[in-house]
Amino acid sequence: MSASTVPAIEAQHLRRVYRRGPEEIAAVDDISLTIDRGSFTSIVGPSGSGKTTLINVLGCLDNPSSGTLSLGGRVVFENGQGLSEARLTRIRRDAFGYIFQKFFLVPTLTVLENVVLPFTFFKKPGADEDVFRLLKTLGIDRRADHLPGQLSGGEMQRVAIARALVNKPDILLADEPTGNLDTARSEEIGSILQELNVREGLTVILVTHNLRLAALAQRTIELRDGKIAAA
Amino acid sequence: MKKLSIFEVAYKSLLRKKTRSLLTILGIAMAAWVLVSLFGFNRGYEASLNKDIDNLGFQMLIVAKGCPYEAATLMLKGGTGLKYMNESIAASVAAEPEVEGVTPMLMQVVFDPNKGESGGLAAYLGVDPVSFPKMKSALPFKAGGWFTEPEAAEAVFGYEAAELEQREVGDLYLIPEKEIEVKVVGILERTGTQDDGTIFLPIRTVQKIFGIRELTSIGIKVKHEADMKAFEDKLYKLPDVQVVSLSQVKTTIMTLVSTARVMVFSIALIAILIAMMGVINTVLMSVMERRQEIGILKSMGAMAGDIFRLVWIETIILCIGGGLIGTSLALLTARLTDVLVRGFLPYSPSGGLVAIDAGLVLMTLGVVTAIGLASGIYPSWKAARMRPLDTIRSEEES
Repeated sequence: MSASTVPAIEAQHLRRVYRRGPEEIAAVDDISLTIDRGSFTSIVGPSGSGKTTLINVLGCLDNPSSGTLSLGGRVVFENGQGLSEARLTRIRRDAFGYIFQKFFLVPTLTVLENVVLPFTFFKKPGADEDVFRLLKTLGIDRRADHLPGQLSGGEMQRVAIARALVNKPDILLADEPTGNLDTARSEEIGSILQELNVREGLTVILVTHNLRLAALAQRTIELRDGKIAAA
Repeated sequence: MKKLSIFEVAYKSLLRKKTRSLLTILGIAMAAWVLVSLFGFNRGYEASLNKDIDNLGFQMLIVAKGCPYEAATLMLKGGTGLKYMNESIAASVAAEPEVEGVTPMLMQVVFDPNKGESGGLAAYLGVDPVSFPKMKSALPFKAGGWFTEPEAAEAVFGYEAAELEQREVGDLYLIPEKEIEVKVVGILERTGTQDDGTIFLPIRTVQKIFGIRELTSIGIKVKHEADMKAFEDKLYKLPDVQVVSLSQVKTTIMTLVSTARVMVFSIALIAILIAMMGVINTVLMSVMERRQEIGILKSMGAMAGDIFRLVWIETIILCIGGGLIGTSLALLTARLTDVLVRGFLPYSPSGGLVAIDAGLVLMTLGVVTAIGLASGIYPSWKAARMRPLDTIRSEEES
């Protein structure tokens, strides 16, 4: 299999089980899927269907209870063998960029400082060369010296996207990124994600309730009760 | 592209809650202030006491029998309620083989109606013009010189006494009550000791003016090889006299001061513990408020050690900031502390009571940094252990 045909993510029989007293809840229940490199995939489903749990496991924010997960052909989890937090961090910083419903910007840092904050802890070689181009792509280059408090919600989410992309990840995981935004701003963010996927070849996985946003993806996976209902 | 250093990130994190950070810094500053002032007082007091004692030039003093503390006060500062002893004692002490030299002294006090608003006491110390200067390591003159004759009607003023009386060399000075004039022949340099406030006259002149043939004290310089304790015991056999060795005086005074010092040390320790609790509370609150952000930092690639370092540096910035403010306050208020402490103590040496030097400032900064390091461990550990998944969940769990 050539490098370009190796899937970005491959999951087989993934399960994530939580215990609540004597009860066992399978938030992700025997999910097998493949996410191709450079694809745009949306994950939809009702509340409690396991969307966030699935994206957390795929994004190595959480260990699965069982199953196998491979990133770029490299097996990360196998047969429910959990990884240490340090291992998970190393995998995350190499492979993923994350954006969430909340923007989590540091209020006392400027836009530019927030964007380059990951470099304080980890910098991929050459990652810092395109920061201004990234700000321009996201339309926040003129706001570089502003503090987050001076930005609109849409602009703050763009800053969060820039921060997620500054270390040139292979995969962008977006968990309800428009949950705090109005319709117009949501569509803006959706367009940005689509553009990043088409122009930059970035693999995007989007978890959303918003079906209009989900429709921007090339592929939509619908979850119900922790299982894939439609793909 | 310039990356943010971890110090910048830590510093800017503290700016978020400026008032809280400032109050924590002030808590540390208070502890540092107490610490510097206390150690400064400890050093300053001891140094000034040593200077006063060294400046006396003798290691033992004989006074007429009475209260030992009164004797100590008399010796160091002068006093009232004077008791006298026979002049012949000086000659018999001088004959002892352990003695290198003796100097007889006679202190007299009169009421001066022109002193202050409603008058005050004026003290004169009669000293032997020959033996007294020999006892002193130095007797520096600002103007003029020492007495010309053993019975001359002359006075030598200490620096402050001359300032107070507004006298210069060549002026005449009238001794109140006695209506006798003496000529000012010398003014001493400022020495920072009790000599500064003293008016010296030849002992024979004082005896003549006041009609007293006795002495109030005898200073004794003991030979280096002499056994001080044995000699002291020998002197006790002299009738109606009290022997005060300067090491004894120093020990007595330092014991009194140490008692107060232990109490103040306890207070300083409590202040430091309170400041530490304040720092732990502030940083822990800050960590808990930033759980999600810490989770994001971890998802960005920050390792547990990075988060630990970040929070630890925040703690250290708070402590060093407090330390710098506290030591600056201590330096700025050293004079005020000196005046206040002087008001509380039964006896204070004439030099500066609070001595703050670079070593003390560095030591205090070291202590507050250590406090910062210790206080930061728990919040930093707590932050470092946070898992991103537990902290950055979306508002709405799917």
